[in-house]
Amino acid sequence: MRKVYTRIESISGNVITVRAEGIKNGDLAVVNSVYGSSLANVIRLKHDQVSLQVFAGARGVSTGDEVRFLGKPMQVSFSDNLLGRIFDGSGRPRDNGPELKENMIDIGGPSVNPAKRIIPKNMIRTGIPMIDVFNSLVESQKLPIFSVSGEPYNPLLARIALQAEVDLIILGGIGLKYDDYLYFRETLEEGGAMSRTIFFVHTASDPTVEGLLVPDVSLAVAEQFALQGKKVLVLLTDMTNFADAMKEIAITMEQVPSNRGYPGDLYSQLASRYEKAVDFDEAGSVTILAVTTMPGDDVTHPVPDNTGYITEGQYYLKNGRIEPFGSLSRLKQQVNDKTRDDHRALMDGMIKLYASYKESLEKKSMGFRMSDWDKKLLSYGELFEEKMMDLSVNIPLEQALDLGWEILSQCFEKDETGLRSGLVNKHWPEDAAYGKDTADEK
Amino acid sequence: MDKAAGKVIGITGNMVTVEVDGTIAMNEVGYVIVGDTRLKSEIIRISGTTAELQVFEMTQGVSVGDSVEFTGEMLSVTLGPGLLGQVYDGLQNPLPELAEQCGFFLQRGIYLDALDGTKKWKFSPAVKKGDSVRVSDAVGTVKEGIFDHRIMVPFYLPEDEYTVSSITEEGSFTISETVCTISNTKGRTYDLSMSFEWPVKRAVKTYAERLKPDKPMITKVRLIDTLLPVARGGTYCIPGPFGAGKTVLQQITSRHAEVDIVIIAACGERAGEVVETLKEFPELTDPRTGKSLMERTIIICNTSSMPVAAREASVYTAVTLAEYYRQMGLHVLLLADSTSRWAQAMREMSGRLEEIPGEEAFPAYLESVIASFYERAGVVRLNDGSLGSVTIGGTVSPAGGNFEEPVTQATLKVVGAFHGLSRERSDARKYPAIHPLESWSKYEGVIEKPKVAYVTDLLFRGEEVNQMMKVVGEEGTSNEDYVIYLKSDFIDSVYLQQNSFDPVDGAVSIERQQYVFDRLFKIAASEFEVESKEDARHFFNQLRQLYIDWNGAAWDSDSFQEIEQSIEEKFKQKWISYDSHIKSLRTEA
Repeated sequence: MRKVYTRIESISGNVITVRAEGIKNGDLAVVNSVYGSSLANVIRLKHDQVSLQVFAGARGVSTGDEVRFLGKPMQVSFSDNLLGRIFDGSGRPRDNGPELKENMIDIGGPSVNPAKRIIPKNMIRTGIPMIDVFNSLVESQKLPIFSVSGEPYNPLLARIALQAEVDLIILGGIGLKYDDYLYFRETLEEGGAMSRTIFFVHTASDPTVEGLLVPDVSLAVAEQFALQGKKVLVLLTDMTNFADAMKEIAITMEQVPSNRGYPGDLYSQLASRYEKAVDFDEAGSVTILAVTTMPGDDVTHPVPDNTGYITEGQYYLKNGRIEPFGSLSRLKQQVNDKTRDDHRALMDGMIKLYASYKESLEKKSMGFRMSDWDKKLLSYGELFEEKMMDLSVNIPLEQALDLGWEILSQCFEKDETGLRSGLVNKHWPEDAAYGKDTADEK
Repeated sequence: MDKAAGKVIGITGNMVTVEVDGTIAMNEVGYVIVGDTRLKSEIIRISGTTAELQVFEMTQGVSVGDSVEFTGEMLSVTLGPGLLGQVYDGLQNPLPELAEQCGFFLQRGIYLDALDGTKKWKFSPAVKKGDSVRVSDAVGTVKEGIFDHRIMVPFYLPEDEYTVSSITEEGSFTISETVCTISNTKGRTYDLSMSFEWPVKRAVKTYAERLKPDKPMITKVRLIDTLLPVARGGTYCIPGPFGAGKTVLQQITSRHAEVDIVIIAACGERAGEVVETLKEFPELTDPRTGKSLMERTIIICNTSSMPVAAREASVYTAVTLAEYYRQMGLHVLLLADSTSRWAQAMREMSGRLEEIPGEEAFPAYLESVIASFYERAGVVRLNDGSLGSVTIGGTVSPAGGNFEEPVTQATLKVVGAFHGLSRERSDARKYPAIHPLESWSKYEGVIEKPKVAYVTDLLFRGEEVNQMMKVVGEEGTSNEDYVIYLKSDFIDSVYLQQNSFDPVDGAVSIERQQYVFDRLFKIAASEFEVESKEDARHFFNQLRQLYIDWNGAAWDSDSFQEIEQSIEEKFKQKWISYDSHIKSLRTEA
């Protein structure tokens, strides 16, 4: 019953309509035009009218081109042969390697039964203090990196890919600049991480619709590896491009837009991807880190806004640093009580003081006289930014905590830290610089 | 009545259009048959012989011409013993059983019985032959955990006087066995088992009267119990931008709230959060009963990646279960997280139906739907005179954290307390991040009102001084004003903020709240001898340090008393006098 249809009724945007019978929702088809063949999938059925979105775009498709239905939904090959390989959004090789056809799996499968999930309990160490100390990344977490265009989010992702303690990395690029794609490839090759990495890359020069498949394909593969007991880290960049591609299709389909042209189901669509992050009971895990660029640094833009409600926190990249305000790892409480007894208290205490530093800084910029307390805060803030926040700092967690106490002791007296006395006495460096200074004065 | 049937003629997303043969009703349940699987759906629009159905499952693989069977019934839940401790999806499928059957993933088209049909319950009759009963009166009880679960005359029977024509002896029965037979005034008889069905979208109203909520529901969160109390049978909402701590606040409340039963409706939110509750509750003991917390909890979970239509059903399923237990004279707390996701589910369907959109594309009926949901809360007096209540607390996730959006506004119109979370406070790690000055409550609390008002006023003035200082600087502020600012900041950091992860500070009993607040009130209403701003800041820093340690000391422990002693000493060092306007302190001074 794999009939070929040679009459396309309408073409609008990247959506074509043909009259056909016995077609199932979500089925795949091949559209052959003079510019080559492309996959397409069914997105709406009405009587015998079948609407399909064409992955390679409908540009150049003629009303007389043939549409062949494959009678199955979109699938991707899954095996260890994927490791070290580079594919495009539809799963075709990009690296001149052989095409993989064995063990095809469905993409966009059903969601995991919450009863089969477990509470995440393992920290993924990255060696970046702003992540490890202040907002620990946890296995099975889904976290976006909110960023303005121009921030070094891709280098940050690449560093995490190199340093993170996981078994497998899947990099999904959506609308990735070609240069960035080459950058990722080179960095991971140089760092020797290529053999544990799989690329699914859709570049900005590829047809838009194909980018829509990247998260689904990447996550379907990640899920299978996780079921085999692997710890998988999925890096997606950039999810705003994904949302924009969805917007394009929704508007072509004449759906009522809800907010700035985005479809009403933006939240559900994003959620069904992010929720693939999972820690399986008695198997592996999928962790998702996804770049979401914020147009105009506006966190209330529908894409970052909806994302923030779905994900378990966010890293906020600003001026080349992971900003401590706004950044949040919701799952950190699951792991940061098992690292060291001072981790939690120090984390909160340092941020509270940093918030006061920002206030003092504001007062200073308005020309007010700086009290002694303000001066202490100012010196603290500068030290903190220089020694902890810089993205190039690469030290293990324990060392970072010690550094935190050192910074505090250089700037404050013990009772000014707002931390419980027991902890302060235990961890306060013995040769506390601040205490010594005042002793000398006396 | 013959059940109708139909054929699929169109599919868009999770909505199918069906050509129907026969009589159908709005909100009737139908099944779309795809090969061997039956996909549950609900009629949401009828025009002529075509009907639009929202499918509670993914519609991949559905094709034009697939047949549809209608059931003649509205979407219902099963009510009976065994609900407590269960984890359901939005359609009342038990998730752990589903996992046993299907493994890791939620396969579509598989519907299991909500209650175990084989389990035997020990039934004790409460009526005898010839007694007259009304709808929702108990004919007997079974022991469900720590509660006496009333077996009631089903709510769906018409209002009438019924006579018990037979009742079994005490014994063990399954939920479907007949335990009692009643007949109405016209002589028609009904066999009653221990369970029955009730449509989720209809409120249960078979009680004597609805009362005004006037007793506080203790949450053990200082900021809420002291400043922004919630009443049993009342409603409250927690709007807040993402990351401000809505869900953590809900989780804390679900653990510590002083109610009989907690129903958690995780509606369109993260699966991870449900899992925390799921795995932790069975391990935690309820301090009031000594039993596992799970024994007083029901979880309805339709997480964000589960099908959208079932999300809408989940809040109704949850509130129906809450009403059922209220009919037994129990106090139930329903926590819905988040009502915005439910509103969005409505918006998605409305869009597919191509209805004319209202504000931000939400349907025009948004407000009335939200209002009628919250109105299902309340304290009621039952036919036998006992009281039961349903308290509803819903989180709202406003787009962009802006409270001016339709869902927040529609909710604020109908709730009795507003706990608005603020991004500023959560960024500064001031938890719970409820904004003490912008939020409000219409309910009565447990702490003396004038004292609370005095402290609130102090917080207001402190905020004013703080704002002023941003303009004129510290040097342009008088010492008196500066002390007001320090006092308000002190109260904020040692009383309003609470460390929910601390074993002691995480849940503060009402006695302790009253005790600590009284102590704190004295500081708030005192004048201190300070030489300079530096001196004042130093003094309050030391006080704060003592209080933080005090908050971590167990109630009635030695260290609690020791620290209290140190606080007293510190306090006296600089104390001059009490505010002369306050009578209660005048005598003490």
